[in-house]
Order: sequence, then structure tokens, then C-alpha cells
Amino acid sequence: MKTMLAAFAFTAVVSVGAYFVLSEMGFSSAEVQSAPSVRLD
Amino acid sequence: MKLKVLGAYLIALLTFAVTPAHSQDEGQRASTGGAQTLEDILARQKGLEVDESFRRENLGNPENAKAISDKLGSLGGVSSSDLYRGIRYSETEIKVSNNSHAAEVLVQDGGMGWLLTRQGGIQAFAGYGIGGIIIALAAFYFLRGRMTIEGGPSGQTIERFKSFERFGHWCLAGSFIMLACTGLLLLFGRSVIIPVFGHEANSAIATFSIWVHNNIAWVFMASLVAIFVMWVAHNIPNKLDLEWFAKGGGIVGNAHPSARKFNGGQKLIFWMTIILGASVSMSGLSLLFPFELPMFAKTFGMINTIFPAMGLSTELLPHEEMQLAHLWHAIVAITMIIAIVAHIYIGSVGMEGAFDAMGNGQVDLEWARQHHDLWVEQEEAKGAPIQQVGDAR
Repeated sequence: MKTMLAAFAFTAVVSVGAYFVLSEMGFSSAEVQSAPSVRLD
Repeated sequence: MKLKVLGAYLIALLTFAVTPAHSQDEGQRASTGGAQTLEDILARQKGLEVDESFRRENLGNPENAKAISDKLGSLGGVSSSDLYRGIRYSETEIKVSNNSHAAEVLVQDGGMGWLLTRQGGIQAFAGYGIGGIIIALAAFYFLRGRMTIEGGPSGQTIERFKSFERFGHWCLAGSFIMLACTGLLLLFGRSVIIPVFGHEANSAIATFSIWVHNNIAWVFMASLVAIFVMWVAHNIPNKLDLEWFAKGGGIVGNAHPSARKFNGGQKLIFWMTIILGASVSMSGLSLLFPFELPMFAKTFGMINTIFPAMGLSTELLPHEEMQLAHLWHAIVAITMIIAIVAHIYIGSVGMEGAFDAMGNGQVDLEWARQHHDLWVEQEEAKGAPIQQVGDAR
């Protein structure tokens, strides 16, 4: 059971990490599809 | 002298008096490119007489048209209707200032087909498919009962799965369950959540669901690769599997067909998970990076090569690629959910002792002998440790 709980915790951590990494890398659809002249925020 | 001055005044007065009103307007119309002025409109509203000849006679002159090749040149033999039809069917070249080829498509009507399929067939497949398998398993449970260890547990255990195997399984299982739940919440948001809980609740649920879905997908894909690497060697189909299926896997009837580490049913689940998991991952990646990873035109091209009679379209608009990816993603995912519900059943309430294999990794030796006899023989030959956990029966 410890392994199962550890896997779930790992899943949560990686998911949050993936969000921040992808956000930092500018992979959002809005950023990829827009031109430099577009103000997104 | 006074007479001369008086005469000059009279001449000036007559000059202004007999000058046509429109001659003054013509000067103003120059600023409107010859169109009527505000004064013209006001004069007409007041019921004053307005010389309309400047409009009545201005019917255009084809001789003045710019050449087709000029900037703002005429359309030549092409009418505006022709132009709009070209836009409607994406035949006209559109130039846009952003980076997206998708933005060059101004009109695309595949969205209705996508919406109707999603709200019709896909939702029906999810509802009847998942609901049906749950009802069927519940009925099977009440008819067949829980599959018990024949003769009861032995009180001895053997290690079935090592911790890294269980870790990989639970990463895949945990992420899949979250993906399934959030995917279903997104699928049924408009037809179920909004009517029952309202728009605000659906907004919050959908925002949460898409965040979880998009980010937990990476764990699913990574653990799918890990599971494949760990277990592919044990899941090569062989003749033993046919015998296992012929005897109903021991699920139907009371036989205990021989099996190695994985039996025929588990191999079926393994390959279903790998093949459909890879497919749902690819369509998922296409959805995660909109318009960046189109794959249906190429896939259709390959299918046409094998089955020319299919005649699938290999020229798809960016939006069509996304619509097909979305529908395929849902169809594959729902198929997986249906199969995994059955897998969860047999690995938990359906069979005594089965959960331990993924719970703590230790399974009852008698359970192992009844369901994976050849694997136990192999492990015992290798000198695998046997633990005493309780009294022997």
C-alpha cells in the first residue's frame, strides 16, 4: 500500500511540475499561435 | 462715384445670387470623394430642392477600373459572391498576421458534425458502455459470487510483483483514473452538469478537470512506457493463452487453467492498454499542442494505401484534424475505461487474494498455484523466498 500511495504522490508532484515547466517554456496555445505584436495579458 | 459703388454692390449681389447652390457643394463633395455631403442630406430632410444630378449620373465607368493586378484592382470576372464562396470552402488564399495556419481558415463547417457526434454517439457510447459494464459486472458478482481461493489461503505468501513494478502500475492506474474521471466530466458538462448543477459549477469543474487532464497526462504516458518495458517479455502471446481462453480463464466454470506470470486475460489487458494507450496518447498530444501535430491526414493516407476502397480524405483542414483527434481521443478512451472497469473488478472484489499482488506485492501461495501455476514453479526453482504469514489451513 505504501508503494501505491507513493505512486499517487509522485503523480501529483509530476503533474504540478509539468504545469510549471510547460508554462515557463511558453508552450501554451495562446503563445504559440500568436504573433509578437499580440498582447496576451 | 456713389453710382459706381452702388453698381459694384449690385453686380456682386447678383453674382452670388445666381451662382447655383450645387457649385458650392461640389467643393465640399470633393472632400467626400464625390459622395453627398451632410448639407445635401439636411437640405433634403428640410424638403429643400437638391440637385441630385451628381448622384443620378454617377453610375460608374468600367474604363476607370484599375487593372486586376493593381492594388485594390477590380476582381475582373470574379464577383464578390465568388470570392465569399472561395472563403467558405477555403479555396481563397488568406494572409494573416499571426503564426497560425489555422487562422487562415475563416469558415469551416465541420464543427457541427464534431459537436453532434460528441453530444450524440460519443456520449451514448460512454453512457451505455460504462454503465453497461458496471451493471454486467454487478450481475455477474451476484450470480457467480466472489472467486475464492479453493481450499482457502495457505498462510504462506510469495512475492508476485516487486515494488518498482507496483509503483509503475499505480502511476499508470492513478493517472488513468484521474484522466477518465476528468475526461467524463468534460464530456458530460453541457448535457448533465449544467442542467443539474448550473453554469457556474460546470465552469469550476471544467476548469479543474482540464488542468488535471492536461498535466497528469504526462505521468500516464511515461508510466505507459515503463509498463511496456517492464512487462512486454512476459506478455508475448503463446499457445497456453488459447488453452486459458478455451477454459474460460477459470472465471467461467471452476477450472484453473495453467498460466505463467500473466495469463491470457491479463495479456489481453496488457496489449489493450499499450495499443489503445499509445493511440490515446498520440491524439492527446495532438490536442495538447493545437494544430502543431496533425496526424489524421497521414494516417488516412496509410489506410488508403492498404484499403484503397476506403477513399479517406487526405487533405484535411487544421480544424478538421483537431475535431478528428478529439473524437478519436474520446472513442479510444471510453473503450479503455470499459475494459479497465472489468480489470478493476477482477483485481479487487471479483477475486479473493488478487488485490494483494498490487497491494503489498505478496500473494497467497495457494492463490498463486491456482492462477499462475507455471510461474510459481519457476519462482520456486529460482529459490524465491516463501513467507509464513498465518496458520496453515
